[in-house]
Amino acid sequence: MPKNLRLIVLLLALVGAEANAELVIDVQGVAQPTPVAIVPFGWDGSAPTMPLDVAAVITKDLQRSGRFAPIAERDMLQKPTDGSDVDFQDWGFVGVEAVVVGKVVQTGANAYTLQFQLFDVFGRRQLVGYRMPASRGTMRGAAHRAADMIYEKLTGIKGVFGTKVVYVTAEQQSDGRLYSLIVSDQDGENENKIMESTDPIMSPAWSPDSRQLAYVSFEGSKSSIFIQTLRSGNRFQVSNQPGINGAPSFSPDGRKLVVTLGGVNGNLDIYVLDITSRRTRRLTTHRAIDTEGTWSPDGQSIYFTSDRSGGPQVYRISADGGTPERITFEGSYNARPRLSPDGTRLAMVHNDRGNFRIAVMNLERRDLLILSSGRQDESPSFAPNSDILIYATREGRDGVLETVSADGLIRQKMASGRGDVREPVWSPFARF
Amino acid sequence: MSQFKFFAIVTLAALLSGCQGNPSIDDPDPTDTTYGGDSANTGGMGGDPYGEGEYIPDPYEGLQMIIYFEFDSSEVRPQDQALVARHASQLSENSRYQVRLEGHADERGSREYNIGLGERRSQSIRQMLMIQGVGAAQISTVSFGEERPASDGNTENDYAQNRRVEITYTN
Repeated sequence: MPKNLRLIVLLLALVGAEANAELVIDVQGVAQPTPVAIVPFGWDGSAPTMPLDVAAVITKDLQRSGRFAPIAERDMLQKPTDGSDVDFQDWGFVGVEAVVVGKVVQTGANAYTLQFQLFDVFGRRQLVGYRMPASRGTMRGAAHRAADMIYEKLTGIKGVFGTKVVYVTAEQQSDGRLYSLIVSDQDGENENKIMESTDPIMSPAWSPDSRQLAYVSFEGSKSSIFIQTLRSGNRFQVSNQPGINGAPSFSPDGRKLVVTLGGVNGNLDIYVLDITSRRTRRLTTHRAIDTEGTWSPDGQSIYFTSDRSGGPQVYRISADGGTPERITFEGSYNARPRLSPDGTRLAMVHNDRGNFRIAVMNLERRDLLILSSGRQDESPSFAPNSDILIYATREGRDGVLETVSADGLIRQKMASGRGDVREPVWSPFARF
Repeated sequence: MSQFKFFAIVTLAALLSGCQGNPSIDDPDPTDTTYGGDSANTGGMGGDPYGEGEYIPDPYEGLQMIIYFEFDSSEVRPQDQALVARHASQLSENSRYQVRLEGHADERGSREYNIGLGERRSQSIRQMLMIQGVGAAQISTVSFGEERPASDGNTENDYAQNRRVEITYTN
């Protein structure tokens, strides 16, 4: 074969590969979702219907992930509720790669068993099967846990359907604004109001065991930091220094907060606050604004925003103090750093030609990927699997929440809250 | 008060009245006994019902309580320096008076950083007041960042109205 022809063949192969890769992105900017079937669950109990349509919850979870395309019920050739009745040939014919079957069995007045099985249609084998107890109140959580197990088996990535988010809403009322701190399931369902105030509420942060929230409240027209236990609603004021008390974030061991204090002279610096003793240790001493501290998952360092170079940029300092090292250099505005729980990536608010957008930096390669497309996007927060982020964006005058996969391919709007919704923070994984 | 400071304040006050055409400090024509203008309630008896004398203008009248800032700036604009000076003289002459300086930012960018920007603005007013003789104990500052916008929209005009320090006399 002449040398030139060989080169052409190679080029064609390369072009083919490129086109293919682009095709994936072209599907409305999302990866090609995998077809799956979640068969309506069987029901064995005293009432005519089960307390919750479990299959619908799992279907919605998988659909919302953007990685799966659950088929409609009318396209199913059979509707087994037990694994032994699954006809792999039928499902192969329908074109799904995986099928989920299950049922809910009532075992007492408010006691049920939820079971499900996930099958690989082509491999003709069960990938996972699980049976769990549930009450009417915990049925939705159990369905999300089932979706988590299914998602992890199919993608190799831990599911986050069973996790929660916290966010702040501001509703315009006749006599001013009403601010609320809300905790909901990650899909926006099951909203719980944690706290409300006519003075602003800001900067919620989860404790590592996801049992407590730290937040800033302007009660009495002065900022202070509270820690509130979710189950009991009990709270205590952990910082009420003169001037600014802001930007709390828990250490990975849950014993300390990194906070921003301003003092009477209003010089914002980063401090570490021991929650039990209330003693503070100053980490930065600079005339500039130093704020928005956040711990690295290994507890070794703290990332924060500082405008010591002129505009805001992200810096890193050892949790024991020392000289901060500048991390971001791309663009004039990089603020509110948040690390992925696996420690590999840093999310931030980035000024992209006049628009404030969510960007993620790979800490090894130091390259910046812009994930959002709004004008006023803010408050990025990683899901505990490091694979998805949640952030706030503007829709007219209201703030709404969106999620985006860390590769930027799958973006979803989240239906939640009334009024101006802002400052979403994704919870850690629940500990059982 | 040093003579220079006194001179500075008087000059600034004069400057201000010149700029804004505000008659409440320096009566432009002290001989004009009809001072009070349209709002004066003159009876049918002729002359002043309260006998000879003149009204003392309200020292607060026209004294603006909001100071606006440029984008990404905490510097008091030249045209607002006289206004700050009027507050300064009022406060330094009445040591019982206390003010709260409430700093605000527009909604662009991240929220906690905007708390910092709002605080920087209220501190910039605080420094100016203190240089002109106001006691530190008379002043408190707070920053609401972008949390309490004066205007809800997202045009440049809305942003300009939100970049501000509100001065509140608390005593």
